[in-house]
Amino acid sequence: MSTHESTTARSRGKAPAGERVADWADGRLGIYSLAKANMRKIFPDHWSFMLGEVCLYSFLIIILTGVYLTLFFHPSMNEVEYHGSYVPLQGQLMSEAYKSTLDISFDVRGGLLIRQIHHWAAIIFLAGMFVHMMRVFFTGAFRKPREINWLFGFLLFVLGMFTGFTGYSLPDDLLSGTGVRFTQGAILSVPIVGTYISMFLFGGEFPGHDFVARFYSIHILLLPGIMLGLVVGHLILVFYHKHTQFAGPGKTNKNVVGMPLLPVYMAKAGGFFFLVFGVIAAIAGIASVNPIWSIGPYRPDQVSTGAQPDWYMGFAEGLVRAMPGWEINFWGHTLVLGVFVPLVIFGIFLVAIAVYPFIESWVTGDKREHHILDRPRNAPTRTAFGVAWVTAYMIMLIGGGNDIFATHFHLSINAVTWFVRVSFFVGPVIAFVITKRICLGLQRRDKDKVLHGRESGIIKRLPHGEFIEVHEPLSQEQLYTLTAHEQYKPAEIGPAVDENGVERKAKSTEKLRAKLSKSYYGEESQIPKPTVEEYREITSGHGHH
Amino acid sequence: MKKLSARRRHPLAAIVVLLLALACTGGLYAVFAPADKAQADETAQSLAIDEGKKLYAVGCASCHGTGGEGTTDGPSLVGVGAAAVDFQVGTGRMPAQQPGAQVQKKKNIYSQAEIDQLAAYIASLGAGPSIPTEEKYRDEGADIAKGGDLFRTNCAQCHNFTGKGGALTHGKFAPSLEGVSAKHIYEAMQTGPQNMPSFPDTTLTEQNKKDIIAYLNAVNGDETVDPGGLSLGGLGPVSEGLFGWIFGLGSLIAVAVWVAARTAKAKKS
Repeated sequence: MSTHESTTARSRGKAPAGERVADWADGRLGIYSLAKANMRKIFPDHWSFMLGEVCLYSFLIIILTGVYLTLFFHPSMNEVEYHGSYVPLQGQLMSEAYKSTLDISFDVRGGLLIRQIHHWAAIIFLAGMFVHMMRVFFTGAFRKPREINWLFGFLLFVLGMFTGFTGYSLPDDLLSGTGVRFTQGAILSVPIVGTYISMFLFGGEFPGHDFVARFYSIHILLLPGIMLGLVVGHLILVFYHKHTQFAGPGKTNKNVVGMPLLPVYMAKAGGFFFLVFGVIAAIAGIASVNPIWSIGPYRPDQVSTGAQPDWYMGFAEGLVRAMPGWEINFWGHTLVLGVFVPLVIFGIFLVAIAVYPFIESWVTGDKREHHILDRPRNAPTRTAFGVAWVTAYMIMLIGGGNDIFATHFHLSINAVTWFVRVSFFVGPVIAFVITKRICLGLQRRDKDKVLHGRESGIIKRLPHGEFIEVHEPLSQEQLYTLTAHEQYKPAEIGPAVDENGVERKAKSTEKLRAKLSKSYYGEESQIPKPTVEEYREITSGHGHH
Repeated sequence: MKKLSARRRHPLAAIVVLLLALACTGGLYAVFAPADKAQADETAQSLAIDEGKKLYAVGCASCHGTGGEGTTDGPSLVGVGAAAVDFQVGTGRMPAQQPGAQVQKKKNIYSQAEIDQLAAYIASLGAGPSIPTEEKYRDEGADIAKGGDLFRTNCAQCHNFTGKGGALTHGKFAPSLEGVSAKHIYEAMQTGPQNMPSFPDTTLTEQNKKDIIAYLNAVNGDETVDPGGLSLGGLGPVSEGLFGWIFGLGSLIAVAVWVAARTAKAKKS
């Protein structure tokens, strides 16, 4: 057979070069089966599904520009005298790390642009991850089978925060040095182990001579390495699970409606990468970020007002700024509650959103797979919880910038801080209640639309003088989309007696679950969607709407 | 000569010598002292003080008292010096418009001549720092880098890295130093207006002050070029984060919406 084939092939002349290369590679990598399985992979179309792509591409941009920066950066705290191009710092003593960052900014070709792309991309990467995470949260895309991928994404966000922190600490400028000092203070506030961790991390007393070099390996090797692995895992799982989609005609839990990876999404994604790169490069060309030359070199005896971390660490800053400076002294030891409590809340706050999928699946008791996304309004309690979380986050961001808010809105910084203290507790509750109300209102409107049609705005006068508004009935597609979601029933505690007729004591966890389930799916928490009978009755023509 | 020396023990000799010495010094003084100029200056000064006193009575006395002794509404002005007057009135802070956490900068309604008269009057109440001459705050001979170091050590904790200003407690604030004249910055350092500590020449020498002013001119002056592009207010990460979210992520989402809206049309077969 094979001899026969090869002779016919030869008789038609050589195969095209591309085919031969592909053949060669297939013989060694087995790419045919891989490509066959994945080339026609379908992805649905929605702008919010591209938020993850924004993160992926900005991460790539950060890696590319970061490699360029490592060529010129010296992660050393040796003290040197500056004699570069920036006049206002001439003759100043500074660390080699700071000097080499000045050199990148002023004396390396394209250095400042690359630095600014790197930093802006980091800011946008974290913002993108935040929004992407919220998209996944509010649409319920974290439900089975995607809980692990949710955790991967969460870890990427947290690691991104710390990669960012170690990154902007490297230039050893006065702002980042203040931030490192802040972090060291937070470490020191941990009872018993805090001092040991601090001495270990900084190789002695702060600032010492080691932290830039140590942060450097953490920033360019350890954290990005883990992140790269997680990104790959994240993407493999997206492929494995297939992408979720919004409800609509023809879309089921068992299919994906959209366009194939090749050629459509390859082209779109490739083009989108360049668009992301272009936007970030344009921003880096327009606006300055972290102008370390005007901030000055770090000296522990100097500090500036308006010293904030980058935005993704801002809520931690806010927690510390809002917390009263309490401390407890006993047996010659000090427990600095003013810093330690915020540190604990910082952890709890982040973990709260990370474990939410598991809490929800426990409350619902739903172990099925979900590939159709929820509209946020159809999951009012989840949506309200998410909005409450974001509200607390935003309030803490205000707390982190309390001085800037005070000066720019002509307020007292004390008033801003008190506002933050109160609203950190009150704000999420108000946000929760209001969001739930809005969701229920939207559900009612959907129900109304299904049963009565869309308000056309046309007023008709009937022969006997009555005025009515003409409602346009919805199309079959719209009707399906609005009623495709399923509604849960609240979980019951279970029978009061067991199979032998003996009175059974419900466990406290069961009671809690029933209570939570009621708050999720009770009468107060969802509007029953229109039934077929209701629809028929109203549209059958008896009376008008 | 013999007659003179014979009378040197005369009881009146000492008096005669004293008279001669007095006549001699008096004569020498009359010859060398710039008598006319001194006289004219004195009259001008006293004229300025008189005029200043009138202006003071109209604009300042209601709070600072008729003789500058201070009241419950305003501090005593004895010994604050001409520099303080030149700063407070020259930047429009005084006369104050309304009480509050801090007296705000506003449009100055006095001419420089009137300010000088007011300053002369206040200076006459008690010795204090005088208005600096121009060579004290000129950039020549200043070390910008040293000024930057001094600024970060003494000023940045309230005024921010490059003098963009910052918040203080209870609605008070350190104002932005952008567009503040070199003379006023010098006077502020010297006199410590409102919540600012004063930095007399014993703390920050004249050369130090000059360095700081030169540094501010270099990093926050009219001709400062920001190498990185828009400085976003020079406020650091808060404004950068806001810009990144709104313009960075905002435009990327706009692009994503645009890309998602342009989907490939499926071929109908």
